[in-house]
Amino acid sequence: MSALSRPLARLLEKPWLWAFVGAALVWLATIPFTPGRGAGDVLTAAFTFATFFVIVGIGQMFVITLGPGNVDLSIPATITLAGSVATKLMDGQDALIALGFVAAMGCGLAVGVFNYALIRALRIPPIIATLSSSFIIQSTAIAYGRGLRIKPPPALAEFTTARVLGMPVLAICVIVLAALMSVVLHRTIYGRSVIAIGQNQRAARLAGIAVDRTRLATYVMSALFASLCGYLLSAFSGGASLNMGEEYLLASIAVVVIGGTSVAGGFANLPGLWGAALFLFLIVTMLNTYGLGAGIRYVLTGLIIIAVITAAGGRKPLR
Amino acid sequence: MTSTLLAPRTLRAILPAVSLALLLAAIFWLQPRTMSYTGLNLMLNLAIPIALATIAQMFVLCVNELDLSIGAYVGYVACVTATWLVESPPLGIAALMAGILVYAGLGALIHLRNLPSIVVTLGMSFVWLGVAVLILPRPGGTSPEWIRWLMKLHTPVVPFPIIAATVIAIVVHVALMRTAYGSILRGAGGNPRAIERAGWSLLKIKVVMFALAGVFGMLAGMALIGLTTSGDANIAARYTLLSIAGAILGGCEFVGGRVSPAGAVIGAITLTLAGSFLSFLRISPDWQIGATGAILILVLALRALINRAEERQ
Repeated sequence: MSALSRPLARLLEKPWLWAFVGAALVWLATIPFTPGRGAGDVLTAAFTFATFFVIVGIGQMFVITLGPGNVDLSIPATITLAGSVATKLMDGQDALIALGFVAAMGCGLAVGVFNYALIRALRIPPIIATLSSSFIIQSTAIAYGRGLRIKPPPALAEFTTARVLGMPVLAICVIVLAALMSVVLHRTIYGRSVIAIGQNQRAARLAGIAVDRTRLATYVMSALFASLCGYLLSAFSGGASLNMGEEYLLASIAVVVIGGTSVAGGFANLPGLWGAALFLFLIVTMLNTYGLGAGIRYVLTGLIIIAVITAAGGRKPLR
Repeated sequence: MTSTLLAPRTLRAILPAVSLALLLAAIFWLQPRTMSYTGLNLMLNLAIPIALATIAQMFVLCVNELDLSIGAYVGYVACVTATWLVESPPLGIAALMAGILVYAGLGALIHLRNLPSIVVTLGMSFVWLGVAVLILPRPGGTSPEWIRWLMKLHTPVVPFPIIAATVIAIVVHVALMRTAYGSILRGAGGNPRAIERAGWSLLKIKVVMFALAGVFGMLAGMALIGLTTSGDANIAARYTLLSIAGAILGGCEFVGGRVSPAGAVIGAITLTLAGSFLSFLRISPDWQIGATGAILILVLALRALINRAEERQ
C-alpha cells in the first residue's frame, strides 16, 4: 500500500462518510431539476433546516450511546413546550430575548431531571419513562400555548435567519457546537464515561465510573438541546405552534442512526449527524422538486430511511 | 390465605383490574346515568379498536421490540376498508393481506439485520401514512355493511363492547398463555438464546409475532371504520401511543417477554374510560394526553412498589 492511499483507506473506514456521500448524491440528483433556483440555494436551505435536526440529534446521540434501551422519546414534546414558554415570555420584545432563553433552558432542565427521576425511581426502561413524561409535557404545552399567536422578538428572528455568504449563521454556530461536543465526547471524562457505560454498564460501574450521575447528565443534556431547538425554531418559524416538535421524533433518531452511531450504544460520532441531517432534508427537497404528491413523498421518505438503516445499521452489538 | 392474596405476584396481576374498577366506580359516582346499557355502550364503543391495537402492540413488545407504526397502519387499514373493501372486495382483501405480509417481512428484516425496531417502524409509519393518503386523499368513504352491522350489534343484557373485549382477551390469552407454541413465542422474548438452543427458529418466531401484530392491527382498523363509518389517513394517529400505554398499563413489561393479553385489553379500556372521566370532571381536553401520562406513571409507580416488596421477601 502506498503512502498516499493509507489516509484514503482510513477515510473510507469512517462510518460518517456514507451519510455525506448520500447527501451529496441526493443533492446532485436534485440540482438539474431546480427551476430558477441555483444549486447554492438548495444547499443553503439544506443547511438551514439541517441545523435544527443536528441540535436535537446531538442530545439524542449521547442518550443512544448510553446503551440498548436508551432513547429519548420526549424530544418533540420538549421542543413544543420550550418554544411555547419562551415565545410567550418574550412577548415579541427584543429586551426579553435572554429571559426567553433562560426560560427555555429551565424547561429543558426540568424535563431532563423528571425523565431521569422516572427512570431511576420506577426502574422502568427509558423508552417508557420518556414516553410517559412526553404525554405530560405535551399536555402542558397545549394547555399553556393554546391560542398562542405571538411573534418572536425581531432581533432573535433576524439572527436565526441571517446568512453570511449564503451560509446560515445559525448553521455555522451549530457546526462549532457539534465540534465542541465532539471534544466533550472523546476528550472529557464525562464523554468517555458515556461511551464506557454504553459498552458495558456493569463493567463501567465496577471501574468506578459515576454511572448514575453520567446518565442523569445525559438525559438533562438531551432535554436542554431539545429546548434549545424549540427556542430557535419558534424564532425561526415566526412563532411557536403546537405541532412544531412532531417531525423531530423520527428526525432525531434517524440522524443519529444514519450518521453512523451504533444503536447498540457505546459508539458515537458527531460528524455523521451533519451528513445525515443534510441527507434527510435533501431527500425531501429532491422529492418535492420532482413534483411528487404528499402520499408518494411520505412513502419514499419512509422507504429511504428503512433502506439506509438496513444498509448502514445491522452492526451486531459489541457483546 | 391473606398471604397468597397479598403476594407480590398476585398484586401485580390484579393491579390493572383494580385500576379499571376504581376508575369505573369514580365514573358511576360522578355520572350515575352511565351505569346503564346505553351508557356503557357509548363509553366503551371506541375501546374495541384501541384494545385490538393494544393487543397488536403487545405481540411486538413480547419479542422485545416496539412498533411505532401501528397507528399509521391502523389508518391505512381504515382507508382500505372504507374504500376498496366496499367498492371491490377482492382488491380490498388483497390490500389487507399485503399489510399483514409487510408486517411479517418487517419481523424478518429486523431479526436478520439486527435493526432497531424503533427506527424501522418509525420509517414504516411514513410508508403507511403515504399509502393511506394515496388511497384516500381526503376524509370520506363508507363502511362495509357487515362491519357496521357487527359493531352496532345490540346484544341482549350485556353491551356488545364488553362481550367483544372479553372474547378478544380470552382468545388471545388461551392462544398465547395456554398453548405450547404460545410459551415458545413468549420465551423468545424472555431468553432468546435458550429458545434458539432448544431448536426453535427465532426468525420464524419474530415473523409470526409481527404477522400477528399485523392481523390485530387490521382488525383494529376494520372495527374503527365500523364505528366511524368514514375513513381518513390520520384517523388512528393517536393509536401508536395509546397502544403502548395500554399494553404497559395492562402489565406488559418492556423486556423479557412478560405480557398479559387480558391486562392489555383492560389497559386499553382504562385509557378509553379515562377520557370520559376527565370530561365528566369538566377538565379541558387539553389535559387528556397528560392524564394518560399521569395514569401511566401512577400505575408504574405502584408496580415498582410491589416489585420492591417482592425483593424484600
